[in-house]
Amino acid sequence: MGRVLTIEGGGRRWWVSVGLLGLLFVLLALVVPLAIVVQRSLDAGFENFADALGSASFIRSLGNTAQLAISTTICSAVIGYPYAYAMARSGRTMSRILMTALMLSFWTSLLVRSYAWQVILNDTGLVNELLQAIGVIEEPLQLIRTPAATLIGMTHILVPFTILAIYAQLRGISPDLAMAARGLGATRTRAFWSVTFPLSMPGLAAGSLLVFVLTLGYYVTPQLLGGAGNPVIGQSIVEQTNTLLNTGVGSAMAVLLLVIVIVILGVAARFLGLGRVLGIATERSTR
Amino acid sequence: MSPAADRAPGATLDVRSITKRYGDVPAVDAVSLDIEAGEFVTLLGASGSGKTTLLRIIAGFADADEGSLLVDGQELRSVPVHRRDIGMVFQNYALFPHLNVEQNVGYPLRMRKVSASERRRRVAEALEAVRLPSFAKRRITELSGGQQQRVALARAIVSRPRLLLMDEPLGALDRNLRDALQLEISRLSRELGLTVVNVTHDQEEALTMSDRIALLDKGRLVQFDSPDDLYHRPVDDTAASFVGESNIFRGAVRGDGSLDVADGVVYSPPSLVDGSAVGSGAVAVMVRPSLVEITLPGRAPEAHSRVDGRVSGIVYAGDSRKIIVETAGGAELIARENAARPLDVGVGQPVTLHWDPRSSIVTRLADETATTAASAPTRKSVSA
Repeated sequence: MGRVLTIEGGGRRWWVSVGLLGLLFVLLALVVPLAIVVQRSLDAGFENFADALGSASFIRSLGNTAQLAISTTICSAVIGYPYAYAMARSGRTMSRILMTALMLSFWTSLLVRSYAWQVILNDTGLVNELLQAIGVIEEPLQLIRTPAATLIGMTHILVPFTILAIYAQLRGISPDLAMAARGLGATRTRAFWSVTFPLSMPGLAAGSLLVFVLTLGYYVTPQLLGGAGNPVIGQSIVEQTNTLLNTGVGSAMAVLLLVIVIVILGVAARFLGLGRVLGIATERSTR
Repeated sequence: MSPAADRAPGATLDVRSITKRYGDVPAVDAVSLDIEAGEFVTLLGASGSGKTTLLRIIAGFADADEGSLLVDGQELRSVPVHRRDIGMVFQNYALFPHLNVEQNVGYPLRMRKVSASERRRRVAEALEAVRLPSFAKRRITELSGGQQQRVALARAIVSRPRLLLMDEPLGALDRNLRDALQLEISRLSRELGLTVVNVTHDQEEALTMSDRIALLDKGRLVQFDSPDDLYHRPVDDTAASFVGESNIFRGAVRGDGSLDVADGVVYSPPSLVDGSAVGSGAVAVMVRPSLVEITLPGRAPEAHSRVDGRVSGIVYAGDSRKIIVETAGGAELIARENAARPLDVGVGQPVTLHWDPRSSIVTRLADETATTAASAPTRKSVSA
């Protein structure tokens, strides 16, 4: 990051006040609501937590969420890695086209993307119509309101995080290393698996962690594509607060989710470094 | 160049009119080299001379458009990189940062499916050879530049390759370290009987390390000779100007075999030219600064070639002074002061430079072989 410029006198005071303003915003927008949730979760002692953990449907939604998070992470890694690799190693034009396509998808509203998949996967959607038209199937397939539909939507929405994290890592790895490996007797494939891939692991890990944690809190996409049959945590919480009007138990569930996320990030920080986990890693890997 | 008997000696490498074009421009233009087993050859040239492209072709990272590469008589061009059995030292070393020293050096053996015990033994041997025996478990990031260079070298020789290729192996090191490693690399390659192709733009490095030097210019091979021949018998003015410091004049060989030199040089005696070697027409006349003597006007021996001028600068260069003299014709010449006979000269003083005509070299002009017309001698004719 080079040298640090010190800002003197009034300039420094100005930046301090900007910082304080930011802090105030975080306090009002994040800490206060969070405190309210925690307080509500405790409005009947630990009974709300006992209720939440005793509810079979909540435990089931925990399992669904874990399953969704794991499969979304894996799909994002499998699809994202080759994409990131192509972006990092192809020529300038190709690299830009890939980046633009990625950003277009990334910046499109999550709702739009979820509804788009609904249109595609519906009983009267694109896929079913097409398959029926060419005579592969008679009756429409059950595509929407399945775990698979949720997985497709979630992967589409979250894969950019994996791609960008891997891409940043790959860009820091000199292509000379893989070339050197070949010069020393490795095939292209072995050069990749023995040199490039291990060096890109931190990026893959950071991207995967991000996708995993983000998946845990998703509500809209599972609701629109997965239906109510296999609810995730978010759906359980909404059911408690909006349908059963049981804000205490709902809050307890939210607090449990928060604790799970904090534990995962804490464990990951131990192995990956805090900067990487928070997505603010700046160091480029050395040659 | 006899390879050490108890080692698998390096292969012969026969480069036969290799040509590589990028678009219409030849990067390597019909270069042929016959490299003997155990020989240390340096490809020397400025950037853009094609030396790196040629090395990449030998390594297999690029394919030639024409020509052939024979290693021990077998065509190499159709063999993929990983099966060429080469060892390679890369510019900036290209050590693998996620592996420690031992794993880096063992990498080529792992790729060749050498057993773990054999691998340990040979890695230890290679680290011994580069004098880093206790570094096996170190991380690459803990090493200094010189140590990294040695690890790269150990990694390149550990598989006992038929060919050792080096791409500017010492470019990133400071001068003292470079000098020490030059000698060490020469020692090692001779001990192991390796056939080495080294690429550099540093003429000193080339002269120190090589059995033979292939001087390349704009993709063409200018001269392929021993350092001694290259220094004392350059084939043309390109070779003369690239290897060592030199004063170069343009001249022409007359029909009777005598020499006519530009820039007010009195070439004496004018008939001391081996016209058969250079033919008639335009030539370059070259003399090394260390062989040029400096005296007051009119004091030069009659038998010496000479030119008058004024001292335009005095530069301290290492252990002797460089006296820069500007001739009446505007050319700048360099004389190196003999430390045993210091001169009392100052800037602006008129002097005569003179030298034994037998110490000057008459060669053909490189651009005259490309173009034709032997035009009149020009003024702009000296390069250091």
